[in-house]
Amino acid sequence: MSEANASATRITPGNALRPEDIALLEAKPSDAVGQYALWLGDDALILAQRLGWWISRAPELEEDVALANIALDQIGHARSFLTYAGRAWDKTEDDLAYFRREPEFRSVHLVEQPNGDFARTIARQFVVALYQWELYSRLVDSSDPTLAAIAAKAVKEVDYHRDHSIQWILRLGQGTEESRRRMIAGLKLTWPYVEELFTDHPLVDELGDAGVRPSSLRAPFDAAVQAVLAEADLDVPQVPGSVGGGRLGRHSEHLGYILAELQVLAREYPGASW
Amino acid sequence: MTTTAIDPRSREDHDAAGERRFDELIAQDSRIEPRDWMPADYRKSLTRQISQHAHSEIIGMQPEANWITRAPSLKRKAVLMAKVQDEAGHGLYLYSAAETLGTPRDQMTEDLIAGKARYSSIFNYPVLTWADIGAIGWLVDGAAICNQVPLCRASYGPYGRAMVRICKEESFHQRQGFEILLELANGTEAQKQMAQDAVNRWYAPSLMMFGPPDEDSPNSQKSMEWNIKRFSNDELRSRFVGMMVEQIKVLGLDLPDQDVRFDEETGRWQHGPLDWNEFKEVLAGRGPCNAQRMERRREAHEDGAWVREAAAAYAEKQVLKTAQAA
Repeated sequence: MSEANASATRITPGNALRPEDIALLEAKPSDAVGQYALWLGDDALILAQRLGWWISRAPELEEDVALANIALDQIGHARSFLTYAGRAWDKTEDDLAYFRREPEFRSVHLVEQPNGDFARTIARQFVVALYQWELYSRLVDSSDPTLAAIAAKAVKEVDYHRDHSIQWILRLGQGTEESRRRMIAGLKLTWPYVEELFTDHPLVDELGDAGVRPSSLRAPFDAAVQAVLAEADLDVPQVPGSVGGGRLGRHSEHLGYILAELQVLAREYPGASW
Repeated sequence: MTTTAIDPRSREDHDAAGERRFDELIAQDSRIEPRDWMPADYRKSLTRQISQHAHSEIIGMQPEANWITRAPSLKRKAVLMAKVQDEAGHGLYLYSAAETLGTPRDQMTEDLIAGKARYSSIFNYPVLTWADIGAIGWLVDGAAICNQVPLCRASYGPYGRAMVRICKEESFHQRQGFEILLELANGTEAQKQMAQDAVNRWYAPSLMMFGPPDEDSPNSQKSMEWNIKRFSNDELRSRFVGMMVEQIKVLGLDLPDQDVRFDEETGRWQHGPLDWNEFKEVLAGRGPCNAQRMERRREAHEDGAWVREAAAAYAEKQVLKTAQAA
């Protein structure tokens, strides 16, 4: 067993995988694996940043707790992926989160979308959670032991996110006329950004068995979406897909504002530790 | 066995045996439970205290949530999110504890939104810098712990038990706040100044969290007779000052109070004069953030109404469906 495998084994089964552990790993990811870890880490980071806004503003206290929980899980995944990515270029999670410029981020447009009303947030959450679950449940078999270990922890948490969003899709879809109207509108606003999640990029070929081919997730994702929306008596929105480009550093107009807020304090005091 | 719901207040009618039992339990320093007879004033006073405490947790989420999106490291961001989430959790336990006294949570929420209920005045001060997040954890949560640890022994069972869990989490928050300040105090000169400035602004308001001086606190007496409150406002405040005096040395910062000293005669820590006029002003709604905090709570509540209605309607439909299938 290689040293990389040995380290990942120590932190996988039943042990909490912390970003601090990943920072101490012997294993250095290849540039390609580092780039791929940025994809996943940036998605989680920007989503957490969006969800964090809801804490103290949710429709019910229980939902403040639930959304905070999901945001916390996502920030945890982001820290792990970014810490690992940073090992490729001798950077820390905070170097990557706070001192990259907008075109250097690799998040998809979906996670950058505004929260909107609760239905729109749930629509985004539904898509992200189903996608991440399909992704992580395959990434656990990655030939890269660290990515596999991060996915093994994340998939269990994302399973709850999936359940949370599905319950709300059902409630809002079949609750009142107004909630149904808002849920339909939320799904429609979200759907243009679905396609980008499943777009393959040349990086995927470089990854080999270390990564998961995005296009391979489309069929299981669609099946899962269909099943839930059918139960909620909702239709899959028929809207043109947006062109995307997040994985290449071409972002929505929203990301600049998100980063301005995220990075302001760290950039005001460069070199400071917190 | 009958399962008819009993309005707990109906049991307050002359129940000589119940009253004797209540007095006995208090004399033994034992616990009163929701189904026990209790004097109307005891119920009213506790409902007010517990719901105010719950409201404070909920309003208190706002000033700290204000920094979640700007936290300067991912670790600090995660810690802060978890802290604000804990506060929502504390609010939930406390509303549940208050509900056992007969007032539904919806009613308490309505009272808060309508401006009829109070919450801790400290949350009407603005959280201006990242160091404020540290100062709030260290000073505000520190003061809350001094107040709340004795409440773990409060005579009303559900309140005491809720406080046990809350105090454990609060202690964690206080350490996290201290750690934020420690890091700043050992950082660059600008960071150290940020930390000192935050301590300067939060010191006096946190001392005033213990309430007015004993001679101006007429409600305390009854609360002490009922074994809800165990120590006087001044006693708790003095204890808190004693703790801060030691901890500020570790931080390498200064308390903005030249008059702090230990009084051998009374065995208490003394502090400089506090501006009780400011306290009354903030309490009366004229603090820097009262309007903002209330508006935000009202907005969240009103914006969320359609979601709560949808959840209720869906639950009702599910019940009907199950009934029809049976």
